[in-house]
Amino acid sequence: MRSEHVLEFPGGYTRTTGPVIGRFLTELRDARLVGVRTAQGRVLVPPLEYDPATGEPVTGEWVPVGPAGTVESWAWVGTPRPGHPLATPFAWALIRLDGADTALVHAVDAGSAKAMRPGLRVRPRWRAERAGHITDIESFVPEVTGMVAPIRLTYQIQPGEALSRFLAKVRDGILLGGRCDSCHAVYVPFRSACPQCGTPITEEVELPDTGTITTFAINNLPDPRAPEVPFVSAYILLDGADVPMIALVGGVPAHEVRQGMRVRAVWVPEAERTASMANIKWFAPTGEPDVEL
Amino acid sequence: MRDVAVVAFAQTTHTGHDAGLTEPELIGPLINDIRARSGLRTFGFTCSGSCDYLAGAPFSFVSALDAIGAWPPISESHVEMDAAWALYEAWVRLQHGDIDSALVYGFGKSSQGDLREIMTLQLDPYYLAPLGLDQVSFAALQAAALAADRTTLDEIVRRSRAAGRANPHALDLPEPMAGEFEVEPLMPYDIAPITDGAAAVVLAAGDLAGELCERPAWISGIAHRIEPHYLGMRDLARSVSTADAGRVAGSGKGRLDVAELHTQFSHEEPILRAALDLGADTIVNPSGGPLAANPVMATGLIRIGEAAARILDGSAGRTLGHATSGPCLQHNLVTVMEAR
Repeated sequence: MRSEHVLEFPGGYTRTTGPVIGRFLTELRDARLVGVRTAQGRVLVPPLEYDPATGEPVTGEWVPVGPAGTVESWAWVGTPRPGHPLATPFAWALIRLDGADTALVHAVDAGSAKAMRPGLRVRPRWRAERAGHITDIESFVPEVTGMVAPIRLTYQIQPGEALSRFLAKVRDGILLGGRCDSCHAVYVPFRSACPQCGTPITEEVELPDTGTITTFAINNLPDPRAPEVPFVSAYILLDGADVPMIALVGGVPAHEVRQGMRVRAVWVPEAERTASMANIKWFAPTGEPDVEL
Repeated sequence: MRDVAVVAFAQTTHTGHDAGLTEPELIGPLINDIRARSGLRTFGFTCSGSCDYLAGAPFSFVSALDAIGAWPPISESHVEMDAAWALYEAWVRLQHGDIDSALVYGFGKSSQGDLREIMTLQLDPYYLAPLGLDQVSFAALQAAALAADRTTLDEIVRRSRAAGRANPHALDLPEPMAGEFEVEPLMPYDIAPITDGAAAVVLAAGDLAGELCERPAWISGIAHRIEPHYLGMRDLARSVSTADAGRVAGSGKGRLDVAELHTQFSHEEPILRAALDLGADTIVNPSGGPLAANPVMATGLIRIGEAAARILDGSAGRTLGHATSGPCLQHNLVTVMEAR
């Protein structure tokens, strides 16, 4: 047998504040923070009637403090309880308000535990409706130390003659390279001049869509150009080319991709092709033995 | 000062759940047990410690007197604190010189309510309680102020739980396991378990102690000290009041074989060890301590009882029992006992 038993003071327990705590709560209602000075000159925040160090009554001198303060130590609440001041994860903190000699216990709404550190500067976030209660401060929030500056410009760009020529061939399912007349190196994509010797390139070379992975990276951040996460971007040395081309590798678990792996382009269906590298979904392993690089 | 000794100690087999006994039913067999152990049927003074908020009923300790037998009228008192402070009151009462024996007991069933929120009600009602600052949260603030080493805390819990498994009165708790923080930096296992239970001690003064007991645990020093309540007005990483109480109780005047510390959170052990300047040759919480069984309001008395029991059974010559009250080790009582 078990039954629920509730202990409650309906409407709440009425407490008198006395002049010291009452003054502090009155100032809070007006969104001001004050401390009281002890006979020894220390400023207590929150104010007490007696100096905890000596037991002497505090003086009648009130000192404006804060509103900013410094976090001395903190504890992170990942799962707030119903009685807590915030419903989202927050920190309890000991906060030394500017001008005070003691620390105030309150909540800090920092978003994440990673944002908390000793020395963090915080300020109160006041409730719009205040009643003269310690929760007139909804919580403290970190001071502004950074901001986001949005930048967005729009351009109209063209690929240029050489790349246009390459992309026109890609539309037909062909990877076009160019051979340097002087040093005979084959570059892909096709380009108008040899980057080594500066000689204009005129000889076009149609390259196969097979090649070898020379190096690669496993990416764990999503990218609109990649079909899934993680994805692999690789340098692929097409057969007959002297420089590798960067492309996605797919059809294989990321951890199985390796240098020397033989791959072939996976083209989108002919009807969907455009003058774009999006024609190649990715390069997939051919199953041939690896190549020694 | 009049010589006073612990001559008997008894405790329930504590449970991690409500075993369905009322408080008088919980302590009835315990009182019979301590009467048998001490050889005394009646006592010059009786003092208990409990907390009405645990039961959610006012004057709940009065009903517990049913288990004692208060007729013909007995001389009785109660503290709304851990029963370690009832023992202190009884020790003071024995100093009056007109009586020679005292029964002290404490009990608590923290399984009935939400201890974390019940403990919010002990906080100052103006600045702390209205924030909803619960017991684990303020303890976590202290652990953060200490910047306690995680490996050290894990080892304290491991040692305490292993000792608790060997103690038939404590709970059987598993090895601590990795998981999420309860309130960072505290893990769930850093927190003493919810426990129902009770404990009793008999004190005797002067010659009576020797008549009742072969090897009384003589109280050579006992003292308690308190610090400011508000957490922001003291250094939470140190326990000045424990150090002061220990000094007055003479804890450092000789080698301590055993120290039973009222550590409701693992990080409290390094704070208390430092305050009491305990060396490597002092065994801490061989019973498992509160991390293995925490019948709130009896836990502090059990520390004195366990420390005394090592002297009663001849396994130690000089021991220390520590009890605490209030948030973040605000108020501390140190009892030093020795064989003669």
